[in-house]
Amino acid sequence: MIRSQRINVLQHVPFLRGILKSRLFQPVLTISTLFFFTLAIVTGLFGTPVGNRNFGIVFVWIVWWGLLIILLVPFLGRLWCAACPIPVPGEWLQRRGIINRRKGRLSTLRWKFPKRLRNMWLQNFGFLGIAIFSAIILTRPEVSAWLLLGFSLIGIVLSILYENRVFCRYVCPVGGFIGLYSLMAPIEVRVQDPAVCATHTPKDCIIGNEYAYGCPWMVFPGTLERNTYCGMCMECIKACPKNNVVINLRPVGSDLMVAKERRLDEAYKAFIMLACALLYSVVLLGPWGWLKQWANMDTLPHWLAYAGVFLLANLLLLPGLFTLTTLLSRRLGGIQLPLRQLVTDYAYTLVPLGLTAWIAFSFSLVFTNGSYAVAVLSDPFGWGWNLFGTTESAWTPFGSSLMPFLQTGILTAGMLFAVNTAYKIAGQYTPDPRRALRGMLPIAGFITSITFVFLWLYLG
Amino acid sequence: MSRVQKSFAWMRQHWVILIGIILAIGVMTFPIPQITDPQTRTITLDARQFEFAPHRIHINKGDRVIIQFTASDVVHGFYLDGYGIQERVEPGITKQIEFVAEHTGKFRYRCSVSCGSLHPFMIGELVVGPNEPFWRAIAFVIVSVITLIAYQFFSKGTSYEHATLGTSPA
Repeated sequence: MIRSQRINVLQHVPFLRGILKSRLFQPVLTISTLFFFTLAIVTGLFGTPVGNRNFGIVFVWIVWWGLLIILLVPFLGRLWCAACPIPVPGEWLQRRGIINRRKGRLSTLRWKFPKRLRNMWLQNFGFLGIAIFSAIILTRPEVSAWLLLGFSLIGIVLSILYENRVFCRYVCPVGGFIGLYSLMAPIEVRVQDPAVCATHTPKDCIIGNEYAYGCPWMVFPGTLERNTYCGMCMECIKACPKNNVVINLRPVGSDLMVAKERRLDEAYKAFIMLACALLYSVVLLGPWGWLKQWANMDTLPHWLAYAGVFLLANLLLLPGLFTLTTLLSRRLGGIQLPLRQLVTDYAYTLVPLGLTAWIAFSFSLVFTNGSYAVAVLSDPFGWGWNLFGTTESAWTPFGSSLMPFLQTGILTAGMLFAVNTAYKIAGQYTPDPRRALRGMLPIAGFITSITFVFLWLYLG
Repeated sequence: MSRVQKSFAWMRQHWVILIGIILAIGVMTFPIPQITDPQTRTITLDARQFEFAPHRIHINKGDRVIIQFTASDVVHGFYLDGYGIQERVEPGITKQIEFVAEHTGKFRYRCSVSCGSLHPFMIGELVVGPNEPFWRAIAFVIVSVITLIAYQFFSKGTSYEHATLGTSPA
């Protein structure tokens, strides 16, 4: 395993280790977000039904979403998962405490989570289940509040049944795509020297010690090679008596090349996220009113047709087209690999493209509607309050003249990264660079075509 | 080796990228001629929950645009991205909006008065031709991807030396 091109942040910023080792680190984050989360639920349930005047809608689906997809995931990977308020009540119940490490095992019924569900499929279907109702969830404060409350309740129930963060690892629909896109992040939690972990038998990072709990994400840092399932809670940094767990800066997208851990469930997550970015751009940002009405369930048959096409595009159309492209790639490149494995591998090229597509979509959503946040801050329930004197501030879209440049720039960057990733993946299966290049060409064509579609939707 | 020599050495190794950058600058700055003469366009635009009719308008740069703006159901608004024009209309009343299309590209017009649940997504599109930003973006993408592939071709595999970085190759 090559570990070059890594910069150990904890070596260069020594006081950071002290902060991360403190048991206050995560509670400070989660208690802060829990306050806003609770406010979002309460305003959603009891505030105005007008979405753009309700804190629950504006702060969750515009402010939080914008921060998450434009800043947090691309630059800090899964760090949001360390601050996320959703699993917090369940985790506090398990630990019977908030800050200090209590002795003894976690308080749960110790059921075993079914093996066949230990993957991303639940998260894939959960995300799709929510996505087909997105026009309703994004605009109805009450529905949005019940959804958030539902997430939290599921988190609590799973924490009672199973040890650790089963909800985050296998169920949370948001966590699934954060995990996938955190492969791109220029930051990672890793061990400095795997040999130290191999010979250190107590494995404090798994079972915990008096300073920390065992990894709540059920990951062994000693063999961790990708960000996907590391929630960056920093318990392993607290637990490691050898100070062998560190935070590294690294080249963007390094995890995409970890061949042995590529899986079909993650590949499907990449398909689903890319298809959803496309469909959301059509439905929510497009000019077709009838489509918005169908998504908004104006009649049940209309919504059923919309949901059917939505699911078909996600589960069959995009993966099907990609499989045909891969077939061509395999033939051109002479790559001797089962089609299913090659499709799975190449699907990781859609991670940079999907992430940048979501960023381009979110630029439009957030820059146009971000100004609602100023008014909502003073009047979170929409009851006519004026806490900070900003209730009357007018809706003002900003950055619209910059938007074509931002969207073209970010989509082109994602496309180039995706094409280069395709070349590297092809190179993992053939020693001849020319064959790798030939094999990569159909995938490059697919990626470029998808980029054209996005450009047409945004600029054409 | 001096800085200038280093720059030349880099250019010798990465001449494909250099040509790509020059081409990209070219497609982003190449002047696109105006083909049609400016005209006066009168458009009737109706707003209803949650769409505009027509939902897409094509005009040309320099055209004088007169929009007769109406609302069919509730109070609606009109905000044109890039032009900053804003108007509000009640059902049964027609408002006239006038402007000269000075900028090319796609500009979204949006409802600016809260009109119901899908209000933030009530959008129409005004395309002012020739749609320079779009065609330049397409050309930029094509130049970029061809440059990358050419670089991969001429580097004969050295560009994927990093392919196994931090990995366990299959």
